[in-house]
Amino acid sequence: MQTKKIPMKKVFSFLSISFLFAVPCLANPYADTINAGLSLPKGFEASKVSDGIGRIRHLLVTPEGVIYARTSRLYKGNGILKMTAQNGDGKIDKVEGFSNYTGTGIALKDGYLYASSDDEVFRYKLNAKNEVIDAEHPEKIITGLWNKRQHESKSIALDNNGNIYVNIGAPSNSCQEVDRGNGSKGRMPCPILDSAGGIWMFKADKLNQSYAQGVRYATGLRNVVGLDWNTQSNSLFVMQHGRDNLLQDWPQYFDAEQSAELPSECMYELKKGDNAGWPYIYYNQILHKKMLAPEYGGDGKTESPRAKDFIEPVVAFPGHLAPNGLLFYTGNMFPEKYRNGAFIAFHGSWNRAPMPQEGYYVVFVPFKNGKPSGKWEVFANGFSGVKVVNATRQAEHRPCGLAQGPDGSLYVSDDNKGTIYRITYSGK
Amino acid sequence: MALFSFGIMLWAQTNNLSVSVARGEAVYKKECLSCHQVDGGGVPHMNPPLAQSSNVLKDKQKIITVVLKGMSDRIPLDDEYYSNVMASHSYLTDQQIADVLTYVRNSFGNKATAVTAAEVKAIRGPVKKTTSQVKKS
Repeated sequence: MQTKKIPMKKVFSFLSISFLFAVPCLANPYADTINAGLSLPKGFEASKVSDGIGRIRHLLVTPEGVIYARTSRLYKGNGILKMTAQNGDGKIDKVEGFSNYTGTGIALKDGYLYASSDDEVFRYKLNAKNEVIDAEHPEKIITGLWNKRQHESKSIALDNNGNIYVNIGAPSNSCQEVDRGNGSKGRMPCPILDSAGGIWMFKADKLNQSYAQGVRYATGLRNVVGLDWNTQSNSLFVMQHGRDNLLQDWPQYFDAEQSAELPSECMYELKKGDNAGWPYIYYNQILHKKMLAPEYGGDGKTESPRAKDFIEPVVAFPGHLAPNGLLFYTGNMFPEKYRNGAFIAFHGSWNRAPMPQEGYYVVFVPFKNGKPSGKWEVFANGFSGVKVVNATRQAEHRPCGLAQGPDGSLYVSDDNKGTIYRITYSGK
Repeated sequence: MALFSFGIMLWAQTNNLSVSVARGEAVYKKECLSCHQVDGGGVPHMNPPLAQSSNVLKDKQKIITVVLKGMSDRIPLDDEYYSNVMASHSYLTDQQIADVLTYVRNSFGNKATAVTAAEVKAIRGPVKKTTSQVKKS
């Protein structure tokens, strides 16, 4: 049989028509660039399971693979989103919402979904499939917490003993007489600490608790957004957002570089009664010292005379990275090195200006027997979408929440664009 | 002749504007950049943007007051909320405040009239400079 030579004109027409059909696929917002634009260690992949829905703060994934997520701006009037992927490709295609309050905190424990506004904590009873039974009638378990704009989010975590831990962030940078005022002294003693600047513990099943019914579990913590209960050590771990404005408020003691690197963003393991030292000290990760804060007579060189009264950080990261999520990994999908280690979502800095910003990545710290067993490393990078962030608004995505899927995959949320990433390991 | 004088006047105004803007940029870098950022874009949910901000572009009285007194109210700015407080910058001179506001109103894609030292002085009134906030320059 003779094969006909296909005229070039016909080939060209065919190709251009095919391209016209292909273009809508290229325009599909869920069409993945390689690893959704993230850089990951070898063997890992990432994809976007959701994009542009809400400004996702913290989230969790149920054993049924359903995502419950918080949004910092009401999405169609809802502050809690229930997101389902029905069609088998992992992409969210059904979004339901409830609750009329925004907020950050969310947790699932013993048949209840817990969620916080910026001053209260609620819980919703779940059925056997972890579906909310009555979204209109949650139980209000905690009320009346300080909410004064700064550091207002109330992240939560629960232990296995019927307790819930709530961050009450200090509505202040460094407890000055004039907040963020140049040269303004610190208030002595800092009156904020009685009601904020710490972690409060309540019962997970009592209604209408407030300060009188709770316990100030740990104090001297400026603001904690990322926290997690470590089931190996049976203790609470937190990430503190360190203070700002060393250069802006104390230029006689700090230059731009020092102010960008300091103070450390600290991970702490908390026991009841611990004091992390804010506002009286800040941690210097280069000197490995608790420094006397300039608000209280410090000069950038002097260690705090009360250093022994305050706990040591477990890990001390560079300044201003803004740790918004903390997750101890307990899954089986990732290699052995990741088991029981800590993932941290660093939201990304702003206070490093005029130096370039840092962060906008997810970090991993290996753990053994409840303690770090190695140096921290950047695990997932590229969220900002640019090589260098000089102004925070240049960053396209900012990692905020972390969750573990039932198959051991890692979910990362972004509260800029509402993107939810799912990171998997195949070993390839 | 009239046209010539008008031309000179226009040139002088433009020249004054660019001089004020140049001085204002130095003030911005020292006093404002850390929060409002190098692009005037602010920080989501924390520090409001100055770029294309309706408050910056319209009401001079409002922005002069904010620089003098600081701001700690929870009010929406162009339909968003911002959590950080802004401290008072009353230790700056009337001219410095006029210059930095003129810079902000003519940078980051903004285009608006200059703010003058006289306008700042009128709003500041007879309030003394807070000595505890006098910065070393």
